[in-house]
Amino acid sequence: MIKFQDVSKTYPGGRQALRKVNFHLEQGEMAFLTGHSGAGKSTLLKLISIMERPTVGNVFINGHDLNDITRNQIAYIRRDIGMIFQNHHLLMTKTVFDNVALPLIIEGHSRKSIASRVMAALDMVGLKNKAENLPVTLAGGEQQRVGIARAVVNRPPLLLADEPTGNLDPELSLEIIRLFENFNQAGVSVLIATHDLGLIARMKYRTLTLKEGQMITDGLVSEDTEELYL
Amino acid sequence: MSIVFKDRKGANFKNISFLQRISMFFIDHVRQMFASIGELYRTPLATIMTVAVLGISITLPGVLYILVKNTEAVTENWQKAAEISLFLKQDVTSAEANQLVTRLSLRPEIKEVKYISADDALQEFVLLSGLGDAIEYLETNPLPSVVTVSPTQRHATPRAAENLVMELKKEREVESGSVDIEWLERLNASMSFAKDIVYALSLLLLIAVVLIIGNTIRLNILNKRDEIVVMKLVGATDAFIHRPFLYTGFWYGLLGGVVAWFCITVLLVWLGFTLQKVFNTFNVELDITGLDISALVTMMLVSIIMGLLGSFLSVRKHVRSIEPE
Repeated sequence: MIKFQDVSKTYPGGRQALRKVNFHLEQGEMAFLTGHSGAGKSTLLKLISIMERPTVGNVFINGHDLNDITRNQIAYIRRDIGMIFQNHHLLMTKTVFDNVALPLIIEGHSRKSIASRVMAALDMVGLKNKAENLPVTLAGGEQQRVGIARAVVNRPPLLLADEPTGNLDPELSLEIIRLFENFNQAGVSVLIATHDLGLIARMKYRTLTLKEGQMITDGLVSEDTEELYL
Repeated sequence: MSIVFKDRKGANFKNISFLQRISMFFIDHVRQMFASIGELYRTPLATIMTVAVLGISITLPGVLYILVKNTEAVTENWQKAAEISLFLKQDVTSAEANQLVTRLSLRPEIKEVKYISADDALQEFVLLSGLGDAIEYLETNPLPSVVTVSPTQRHATPRAAENLVMELKKEREVESGSVDIEWLERLNASMSFAKDIVYALSLLLLIAVVLIIGNTIRLNILNKRDEIVVMKLVGATDAFIHRPFLYTGFWYGLLGGVVAWFCITVLLVWLGFTLQKVFNTFNVELDITGLDISALVTMMLVSIIMGLLGSFLSVRKHVRSIEPE
């Protein structure tokens, strides 16, 4: 599903965010991406959603080299990727319903189809009764779930999450991760960037660890690798 | 449409006919059109200011255009009056003069020929000058016989009339000829100068209009920066993000055109009175024609096109520069 081949990313100014990163996330797989702040987690996700381009190497989605994607095609790539952000990126002046409906409006769905899909997505994240609320009136965990509903509303085959549990307490975090598990069981490939090691340890999923831009471990997190990372 | 997942039917195009898709497209556009009117309504002050600036900027060239057009209509009558006077030699008899008249009236460039004998001319002079008694003392009539020639419309322009005089002077009976074209030349030169001023002014004001709208739209875009970032993140194409701003530009143009229309109408009524007085002193009937339908439609179209152009230039530049980070 996602394949990195010798990917390096150097930002203007010389900071090297990723060095020769290789990995392959299979279709229907769920994995964590972890590492210190500044280890390159966000950069790696940005390369998948083409918010950044690799300096060297190739990123593939479903076998297609993203280096061949032109600027005008980027929008269509992003429609296949559900993205979830730590700061939610919600439109604060629009209702929860309108926020979740945005990807469908962009894709040109009919009004009827939008209404049913949005309510289904809100139902999945348990916010069906908050559809007409403004995001500011919701708690942090609820806002995050609006973001998740928006990411999955057009049923993308791939979900990327950047610190989705960043500001949440462990209980809410687990709830959010359980949501991702549900989507994963429905066949969606999921990649979650987080530095919440406790969460990762409990979940027993494949974990990719970045340190100073290099992929240092790839597999289940054990006590050893945890020490290595720390 | 999905580029990397060929089998994925992302949108709802599966069960929807081509016709429905087309109608969806138009429904979408109409919806966005009115959505952007809503945006304007929610920021009334900014909208009024922009529309007013626009309207005034279009009013000025509009009024000037109407003034030039009306002046042209008036002077057109004067242009036709270009009349050539041919003064005949003293020894030409009236029979010879009549022959000349017949000869001249056969020429294709001449519309009308009139013979005024020396005696008639003297009588007319006596009447007009009020020197009746003094003239009685003259032993002979000092005035020559005159043939007045009205050229056809095509030959009434200053240059053509002058050429015609040159030719007519070659006639045997003609002593000299003159056409009062100097003032016509002056008039025509002033008219074309006035027209050029209107064009230049219009051009400058239209450029100003484009810049004003471009800047207003730029501020709109910057205000919606966060929204644009989110839209780009969830897969909106640039065209989709452009659309509401283009509609805003369209509405600015349309409303500006309406304001200009209103201002022009008011100004014409106001200026009409004064102008009437000015023209009355020249003994000229002035019937001011305002904006006719074609001029009104042109003005509206120009206004709308300026609105669209301004927002297009702005949107193309600024939406591109906003990228999620």
